[in-house]
Amino acid sequence: MSDPAAHVVILGAGHAGGTAAALLRQYGHAGPITLIGEEPIAPYQRPPLSKAWLKGEADADSLALKPLEFYAEHDIDFRPATTAVAINRGARTVALSDGGAVSYDVLILATGARPIALPIPGADLKGVMFLRTAADAERLKATVGPGKRLAVVGGGYIGLEVAASGRALGAEVVVLEREARLLARVACETLSDFFKAQHEAHGVTFELSATATGFEGEGGRVTGVRLADGRLIACDAVVVGVGAHPNDEIARDCGLETARGVTVDLEARTSDPAIFAIGDVAHRPMPIYDRMFRMESVPNALEGAKQAASAIVGRPAPAGEVPWQWSDQYDLKLQIAGYAFDVDEILVRGDPASARFAVFHLKGDLVQSVEAINSPPEFMMGKQLILTRRPVSKARLADPSISMKEVAA
Amino acid sequence: MAKITYIEHDGTEHVVDVKPGLSVMEGAVKNNIPGIDADCGGACACATCHVYVDEAWRDKTGASSAMEESMLDFAENVEPNSRLSCQIKVTDALDGLVVRMPESQH
Repeated sequence: MSDPAAHVVILGAGHAGGTAAALLRQYGHAGPITLIGEEPIAPYQRPPLSKAWLKGEADADSLALKPLEFYAEHDIDFRPATTAVAINRGARTVALSDGGAVSYDVLILATGARPIALPIPGADLKGVMFLRTAADAERLKATVGPGKRLAVVGGGYIGLEVAASGRALGAEVVVLEREARLLARVACETLSDFFKAQHEAHGVTFELSATATGFEGEGGRVTGVRLADGRLIACDAVVVGVGAHPNDEIARDCGLETARGVTVDLEARTSDPAIFAIGDVAHRPMPIYDRMFRMESVPNALEGAKQAASAIVGRPAPAGEVPWQWSDQYDLKLQIAGYAFDVDEILVRGDPASARFAVFHLKGDLVQSVEAINSPPEFMMGKQLILTRRPVSKARLADPSISMKEVAA
Repeated sequence: MAKITYIEHDGTEHVVDVKPGLSVMEGAVKNNIPGIDADCGGACACATCHVYVDEAWRDKTGASSAMEESMLDFAENVEPNSRLSCQIKVTDALDGLVVRMPESQH
């Protein structure tokens, strides 16, 4: 059913949208491609914003997915600083923020997610920031430095990466977390404790079970975070990292099936066969866990881009995948494969005190997910075990003297 | 600029100029050369930018780090001249470099 002359319109020029455009050309799609992005710059990698870029170890050129000339050279009509406001599925047109409209044969929704704002007083003060876009990162970089006090609201991965980069830049950093432990929604207690100790060793302070009830300021600029217990945490800047919300309103408004995100099938196709949804906005099936969910990660963006581009050009769908992600903090490399669904046992391989260990989440003798700290073999082999659904011996898995290749053999 | 030849598994050659300072992986990705996926963007976290370095260039591309070795150990079809291309920095000394790609990165 692929039409080599089809006009493909991509809404959203993030990692998913930008990759989809490039892959369509790489896969030989000959028809017009229009890539519409809200931000003023061409698609770029977001992960370094909280890591290498924030520390000045990467520049704008290295962040870009492709050089700007790439889009013209490959006949991709890239329209920066433009937003889609409505989709007319009957007429197959998209109304744009500049008053214009674009018609499509195939539409890809890659509208991403946006940071959740805290509904508390003072959230609009200068110096209360998010970290999602390159512009956000510019603002943050201009604010943090030696002697500055940075308060991070939210002890998730983004918050911890910002904390690590803030320390590298010489700022004093305090992390405020509502739950009793860090990474409460995404990791087990062993990992929470490990990261807390690592960050404390690097001079980060923590306030756990601490709810921010308001931001206080002077002259319109933030000077502190008020906690529910009445204390004021003085600071020069705040980064709020408490999760993200999918930008799925445009899909809801035109009647596409949505859940928490836009519902798609294994080809990334929505309930309208002419429309795909990929990246952070997609609510998609994950056969190895027999359920559907929404993910926010680069590998997820790439997978969606591959699925949609393959379906559009009539290539076979990409091979089975295991969702994964990574985080770099200080000299720690965390690699995570899979999600800890239906887990009945957590097994730690190696000694957290050595900063080299892995946490396996098991369902019976099947690996559901692995969190590996400075342990590539555990990550790589764990990822394969998750994909193949091959049972493992727990006793062997728990014994670091037996190599991962032998464990999986 | 360093001229680098990337050869796909099916023999298709791509010759491009790559700016010193970029990695061999970035040279491929920014020129939309198929066969190097580089899912993690160069964080040495995924092993999807595996290449075979032409024998004549093995010394000039240097040695791999313990982390790279460890990741490569689990990639498919690894050979003695296998490298993760995100870990090879392009310099003027690499002008003329030839790398070949494996059949698959996954």
